[in-house]
Amino acid sequence: MSTPMEQLYQQVILDQSRARIGNTDLLRDSAQAPHGSSHQVNPTCGDEIELETELLDDDHLAVRWTGDGCSISMASASVLSELAAENSVAEMLQIESAFHELMHSRGTMEADEGILGDAAAFTGVSKFPARIKCALLSWMAFKDALNQAQAAREEKHHA
Amino acid sequence: MFARLRGDFPILDARVGQSPLSYLDSGATSQKPQCVIDTFIEYFQQRNAAVHRGAHSLAVDATEAFENGRIAVAELVGGAPEQVCWTKNATEALNIVAMGIDRASRGFGGQAAERFVLGPEDSIVVTEMEHHANLVPWQQLAASTGAQLRWLPVTETGELDLSSLETIVDDSTKVLAFTHVSNVLGTINPVERLVARAREVGAYVVLDACQSVPHMPVDFTDLDVDFAAFSAHKALGPTGLGVLWGRTELLDALPPVLTGGSMITTVTMEGAQFMPAPQRFEAGTQPVAEVAAFATAIGYLAEVGLEQIFDHERELAGILLDGIAEIPGIRVLGTAENRIGTVAFDVDGVHAHDVGQYLDGQGVAVRVGHHCAQPLHRRFGVTASTRASTYLYNNAEDCQRFLTALAEVRPFFRVQ
Repeated sequence: MSTPMEQLYQQVILDQSRARIGNTDLLRDSAQAPHGSSHQVNPTCGDEIELETELLDDDHLAVRWTGDGCSISMASASVLSELAAENSVAEMLQIESAFHELMHSRGTMEADEGILGDAAAFTGVSKFPARIKCALLSWMAFKDALNQAQAAREEKHHA
Repeated sequence: MFARLRGDFPILDARVGQSPLSYLDSGATSQKPQCVIDTFIEYFQQRNAAVHRGAHSLAVDATEAFENGRIAVAELVGGAPEQVCWTKNATEALNIVAMGIDRASRGFGGQAAERFVLGPEDSIVVTEMEHHANLVPWQQLAASTGAQLRWLPVTETGELDLSSLETIVDDSTKVLAFTHVSNVLGTINPVERLVARAREVGAYVVLDACQSVPHMPVDFTDLDVDFAAFSAHKALGPTGLGVLWGRTELLDALPPVLTGGSMITTVTMEGAQFMPAPQRFEAGTQPVAEVAAFATAIGYLAEVGLEQIFDHERELAGILLDGIAEIPGIRVLGTAENRIGTVAFDVDGVHAHDVGQYLDGQGVAVRVGHHCAQPLHRRFGVTASTRASTYLYNNAEDCQRFLTALAEVRPFFRVQ
């Protein structure tokens, strides 16, 4: 039986918090494809992330982010970036929704690894109300940035 | 004595998961002894009524409890009971001063308030180690009046850098607002030196005493400050209650911000006359049970002795600092000699949130984050830190349990 600390800080989380996949400078207006970015702050601890999404084509997107924060928030951004490279836009929206639901489950849900992949490792976080925001920070930025990128693409179509 | 009084705090018997609780977050809020909890309950069981109105016995009794609280505060921090104004918290107390000066600058308060008028040729001085509560209201006042906001920097050791005191606090300075003790670094600031400089240039001194009053003997009259603020909940009292202390002639001249019932002498349809302090700043129904409970808390502190509390916490601070020095990869923020038992630090390679989470898993409660002092953290090159802060009920065992858990943090997170 693992301790609550070990359930919270799964090996995947510790590894991803150091790997920081996607942690690279944003391209901003030098990005070729429609893109958007979002800046999110957790005012209680100063965790901060700015995340950019670029819609490469109808199905694929690139994610880049800069930021600093606790292992949960950094691992979450890293896993998000990894998933974005492997999944379509529609799949990412499905993952985002499943992850959001998991984080608000207060530890009562069984994570669907088929949908969530490595993001399932965050199941333990939902038992720690003070840390849910950490896990969701990059996903909030992702959702906002993706909306902007999609709006930019619409504009391009109509232009 | 300190070993015995721990039993007066029922919450300290609580367990966190499998572990006993070591509460090292009194800088955020203190725990309450049973006698304070009892006073709170007894007030509603036996004395509850509206104060300062009504002639019935209960109202007289409630008013007495309310005014006795003022006397207790005056005995604790010096001055007369009329110099003690109740507020919602210390933040409100500081805002009452800053916003009162703002109102004076816009013509409120008549001739008496002219002494407070600020304009673009004036300056307000704060320090880089202020809690946001003693920074943001002054930023607002500067923005509103056009006055310049200046600040005294902080040295690497976490002390005020006073090498340019004479140029930063100059003839243009009308307000010098600073904290007595840093809520992050634990540093005790040299109030006498700052007050002396303020007097030379004719600036008003506003002292944030939130972290000093609960932990050491403080006398605002001896310190010769003009205004001071602190909260009850950090000094064994309840939440929802703060104190604005001031020199009587200044309080009576400062335009009130909150107006309405209980603070007026006569009201016509066209206007109103205000009462002198303290009622002037106490519009509306007051937190009477909280005041009664705080009076009990002050009695408790006096019985233990603030001199003794200070020495006890200095001993604990020594254990914390010596122990942390032996753990690799920990940088303490602020190493001032003259300090209380508040120690903030950065753990190399592990974010403060993760440090706090791990310590909580071992039953050790500390604060993580920027502790409402973002500029100070920026000064030390970090966005967040972990803070252990002691009080009279802590003992060496709390410190040891904290140190043992802290030593496990970097190995747990696999930081070499």
